[in-house]
Amino acid sequence: MRFTVERRLDLPRWRLVAVPIVSIALGLVLAGLVLLVTGHNPLSSYRQLFDAAFVSTGSLDQTLISATPLAFTGLAAAAAFRMRVFNIGAEGQLYIGSITGAFFGLYFGGRGAASPWVIALMVLGGMAGGAAWASIAGALRAFFGTSEILTSLMLNYIAGYLLTYLVFDSESYWRQTKGFNATVFPTGKQLPHNAVWPAWTLHTQGGIGVPLGAFLAVAAAIFLWVLYRRTRFGFEVQVLGDSEGAARYAGVRTRRKVLSVMAISGAIAGLGGVSQVGDFGHSVDGDPNGLQRLGYGYSGIVVAALGRYNPFAVLLVAFLLGGLENAGNSLQGANFPSGLVGVIEGIILFTTLGGELLIRHRVRLLRTPKTAAEAMP
Amino acid sequence: MNNSLIVVLIASGVTYGTPILFGALGELLAERSGVLNLGVEGMMLVGAAMGFWAEQRIHIGSGALSLILGLAVAAFSGTVMAAIHAFLVVSLRASQIVSGLALTIFAGGLGLSSYLGTDLNIAGVPATHTFHAFFPNTMQNWPIVGPIVFGQNPLVYFSWLCVIAVAYYLARTRPGLNVRAVGEAPGAADAMGISVAKYRYIHTLVGGAFAGIAGATFALAITPTWNSGDSLVQGAGWIAIALVIFSFWRAELCLVGAYLFGAAQALQPELQARNISLGPTDLWANSLPYAATVIVLAAVSWRGASRRLGAPAALGVAYVREDA
Repeated sequence: MRFTVERRLDLPRWRLVAVPIVSIALGLVLAGLVLLVTGHNPLSSYRQLFDAAFVSTGSLDQTLISATPLAFTGLAAAAAFRMRVFNIGAEGQLYIGSITGAFFGLYFGGRGAASPWVIALMVLGGMAGGAAWASIAGALRAFFGTSEILTSLMLNYIAGYLLTYLVFDSESYWRQTKGFNATVFPTGKQLPHNAVWPAWTLHTQGGIGVPLGAFLAVAAAIFLWVLYRRTRFGFEVQVLGDSEGAARYAGVRTRRKVLSVMAISGAIAGLGGVSQVGDFGHSVDGDPNGLQRLGYGYSGIVVAALGRYNPFAVLLVAFLLGGLENAGNSLQGANFPSGLVGVIEGIILFTTLGGELLIRHRVRLLRTPKTAAEAMP
Repeated sequence: MNNSLIVVLIASGVTYGTPILFGALGELLAERSGVLNLGVEGMMLVGAAMGFWAEQRIHIGSGALSLILGLAVAAFSGTVMAAIHAFLVVSLRASQIVSGLALTIFAGGLGLSSYLGTDLNIAGVPATHTFHAFFPNTMQNWPIVGPIVFGQNPLVYFSWLCVIAVAYYLARTRPGLNVRAVGEAPGAADAMGISVAKYRYIHTLVGGAFAGIAGATFALAITPTWNSGDSLVQGAGWIAIALVIFSFWRAELCLVGAYLFGAAQALQPELQARNISLGPTDLWANSLPYAATVIVLAAVSWRGASRRLGAPAALGVAYVREDA
């Protein structure tokens, strides 16, 4: 069977909506096939996943805990990928943000400053840390033309070792050195109470805590939307993303744009890191099997791509994938081998990527002329 | 003398560098045909899990045969992973960068490789057979060349054959020259009657096979066990992609670079074994291979050197006949 791919001339709106929906459905079917082949019942697996993600008591509470960091890393990736700056270092920027943000919390919180000030400083500190870490890759790309994909990824590993070092292998400011627990297993120093971020409780499903981080993620999405849709800066970034040649011809300063976009992307990822400390852990998580095993930075790429780099779509996808990750974690066991969530995410990403083609192209089967023998009834 | 730090580092540099070399050779072939595949890390992890599984669970008599079977299964699973990428970027013209990242996320430590390994229940046990040094002990004890050349596992020698084969293929054979044409000027290659899609498919798939073998090198020779997550490979796939850039898309230079990075990876365990510490030793020694990658990448990309020195001109660009 041969086929050709032809460009379509029209672009109706319905196709922009229908193709991604069909792609996601196809992805779920294919992931179901993987489940079937490995001896699991796909329908009951999906049902259990959905229940554990959104329906059962306390599930939404847990889903928000996974969705909040995914929203940050998804927005971080979306901010950069929109300009075709492929920052895949959100993972490392998140670690660094948790370190710098926690420093402000421990230091100013410990001195008894008023809570809103401490939290504001933590937010700024986390953003600055993430932005600085991302700027290493950003500057190398802007000044040397070094592939930011590889450098930002390498920096993830370095940030991970730094995080482990600060809590496990040294007596740093971030490590709990006093008390009985500290002698049993190395842990991060607990934030003082005035540095702990507030959460608002919704009284359904047995109480859902909406963390401050979730609101900050929404604020970050609004900021990105305004920046990219309503400012000259955002317009230039989008032109650069669509056609670098055209942008240069129009006099857009490429180097500055790369630097700023990387810094913005890193700042959002860093904010995700400090939200991990302020909202959830209340200390820096240096355990190599803790935060570093969750891979929020990498899943953020899936979130951004599925949200087609639109900030509000990213929030929605982060919520859905947060549910999936939460369900995957809580169900993990014989029927739900670890890695299942990554498999489902990956397959959906593949089908959506493939579907992109169908938005702007038509696939036509080429009939091979029938031979006489086949034509006979 | 054979226990001096420098000899041990070179010898383990060769051992640790071998999977990076396999990965880089595969990526080199794919990139020479114009396909950037960022999924190496994921393909390696799936190769490691499936190769380890086949070696452990399929009994076919001797240990050597089961190791070869493990290697073959690893290569095949790497090929299957690469086929997804090839279909998306060659047939469906998807973004090579996003598709490659998707492949690493799908296949990687939080995805298929962990899923398969956990489901097949192969975690945490040592391999029944491993690739190990086979030259007589007296030869392995020869000064300097003993540990470096004769103390290696068979996969190291196999990788040398692969380097020669890839270098010869690209420089001296008709299909090898065709691949380079496809990577440099797909339009011209198409006009000559070379099928761009066919060449890109084949080389992406072969690249996947190499990545699968690289994964099996970890699971059956270097750390002969399997664990869920990415602890087995730890970014070697990404270093392999970077290595293709440092080696200016040449197989023979991949060899040198791979051993340098292998030695950088060997430094931390070696310092630990000798109780040598210089400041925060684990921190800098563990970070060294990654930091070195960043620094070398920056150095070779200075003023677009890599483009002058051999990046295929059509790397990363989908070929559409109507646009050529």
